[in-house]
Amino acid sequence: MNRSMNVTTTAAVPRKVLPGFGLTMGYSVLYLSLVVLLPLSALLFNSTGLSWAKFWDIATDPRVLASYRVSLSTAAMAALADAFLGLLLAWVLVRYEFPGKRIFDALIDLPFALPTAVAGVSLTALYSQNGWIGSLLEPLGLKIAFTPLGITLALMFIGIPFVVRTVQPVLEDLDRDMEEASATLGAGRWRTFRSIVIPELIPPLLTGFALAFARGIGEYGSVVFISGNMPMRTEIAPLLIMSKLEQFDYAGATAVALLLLLISFLMLLVINTLQRWARKTSR
Amino acid sequence: MKIGIKKGLITGFALLLTAGLAACGNNNAGNGAAAATDAPAASNAAGAAETTKAPAKDPVELLNVSYDPTRELYENYNKAFSAYWEKETGQKVTVKQSHGGSGAQSRAVQEGLEADVVTLALGYDIDALKDKGLINEGWESKFEHNSSPYTSTIVFLVRKGNPKGIKDWPDLLKAGVEVITPNPKTSGGARWNYLAAWGYALDHNNNDEAKAQEFVQELFKHVPVLDTGARGATTTFVERGIGDVLIAWENEAYLSIKELGPDKFEIVNPSESILAEPPVAVVDKVADKRGTREVAEAYLKYLYTEEGQKIAADNYYRPTLESVKEEYKDKFPEIKLFTLADKFGTWKETQEKHFNDGGIFDKIYVPGGK
Repeated sequence: MNRSMNVTTTAAVPRKVLPGFGLTMGYSVLYLSLVVLLPLSALLFNSTGLSWAKFWDIATDPRVLASYRVSLSTAAMAALADAFLGLLLAWVLVRYEFPGKRIFDALIDLPFALPTAVAGVSLTALYSQNGWIGSLLEPLGLKIAFTPLGITLALMFIGIPFVVRTVQPVLEDLDRDMEEASATLGAGRWRTFRSIVIPELIPPLLTGFALAFARGIGEYGSVVFISGNMPMRTEIAPLLIMSKLEQFDYAGATAVALLLLLISFLMLLVINTLQRWARKTSR
Repeated sequence: MKIGIKKGLITGFALLLTAGLAACGNNNAGNGAAAATDAPAASNAAGAAETTKAPAKDPVELLNVSYDPTRELYENYNKAFSAYWEKETGQKVTVKQSHGGSGAQSRAVQEGLEADVVTLALGYDIDALKDKGLINEGWESKFEHNSSPYTSTIVFLVRKGNPKGIKDWPDLLKAGVEVITPNPKTSGGARWNYLAAWGYALDHNNNDEAKAQEFVQELFKHVPVLDTGARGATTTFVERGIGDVLIAWENEAYLSIKELGPDKFEIVNPSESILAEPPVAVVDKVADKRGTREVAEAYLKYLYTEEGQKIAADNYYRPTLESVKEEYKDKFPEIKLFTLADKFGTWKETQEKHFNDGGIFDKIYVPGGK
């Protein structure tokens, strides 16, 4: 927050890098409208064909509710796992030198670039009962493909770059003097980590978590292959939206989408508040 | 600062407006240009008619919007048709293909994909185009055999040697048998699968609907994975090695065997199945607008000729022309087949009763659901 305030104050200085505020703001509003606001309002518009009662009926159908449960819980689990894993990955990338580090660093972004369906197909091939990994785990009684665990795995893959890329720059900026001071004052590694490093990292970790979580809720491509799509058990909400479209039921599809949007918006709001609070207390 | 925001917003909306107007303007210009290019072409053709006696018509392009498993079929058919049409009329025709899930393809055409003809998996998907005013009333009777030039049916694909001894529909309900079929809510092919099982159950329970529902419900308890489409289900069964039996289009089953070798899988024909009739239609509105009606109709009619029928049969679709049927009778064994109309009525009724939200398929999964 502080940083953005700084930017606006410097922008008020007579000589500006970009042309006048009116013009830049105008362009921003235009593009925001075209890219985000118009599609979203079209979404609203599409569902207005429904009465409130019908909307509620569709959005709270037991099968739809079950799919929300699957989508939200797997996305949350995946984002949580990504928060831990991503922190570790970012740490290794920032603090250590090793051969092939640049390649390692570039690999992190791969899930952004890869079509998600490709990820889904390859994960399914690996984890289904006769895949490389699945065939080893299945005899141990651990089924991954076609269970919520499989969905979580796919969402972890999709979400990991969000955490790494938000934590990494903060970690790079982190003052090492503080850690050294803490060490010279007699704090152990764990204590230094807990009271010096972690407080600084909580805000970016929360951001990364929120991004990965939001991405996971809406993810379709990678999940349909590995989830098995069993109604009430592993059926995700985006799949139900697709299946309503398949019946040419545009209003119904939008109803499900709208509630999903609302839920994730509320979640993001909560996380954002948490994040702001964490930043305040850490300073 | 405040004034700045206001100014910004105003500029933004002004820009939005101008962009919108510009888009409209462009559109008009586009139409105008298209009309303009048409006119000299026509006069050219007229000119050509004057000098040489045989009028060489301008090359024409058709778009055939189809569903997934017909890719190979139409690749071959388009070549044959282009050759035939050029020989008949002297006009060059290129046919472009578009493949995808049948419902998604229908949606694309509804949203403005300019298909001259559609060749889809279900009458329901073409009905949806009729409801949008793109296709005229009565498309089903425009061509022979309910506008379905080739047919298919639903069969079982099992692993070599048929280890679970699957011979007919009731065997799918035996303990320990895992059945692979896609989700009828997202796959046209899966709807045929479901209806085939339902029809069989009706026939063996004196047309008792409740018994049929019980049968199908029990069947879906044996399904461990519901893929979104027919190809996905085939992959699950064939590549992932999941399940004991795949319920599939006959042509998909043959194709899997051809692609993967007959040493791994075999086809089991149930005692009774459904006659799957994938229909074809000219998209009247598009064909009239683009002036392609004549060639589009010829394109679909040619499917019924001996050559068209043979191409269909070579791609594992059942021919409807008697002479070709006879020729390929070893390839397509006799199965007792019932039609959708026999057991279920129209697509609209079937869709509403079984597959729409709150329909029977939903009840199978949500006990006591609405």
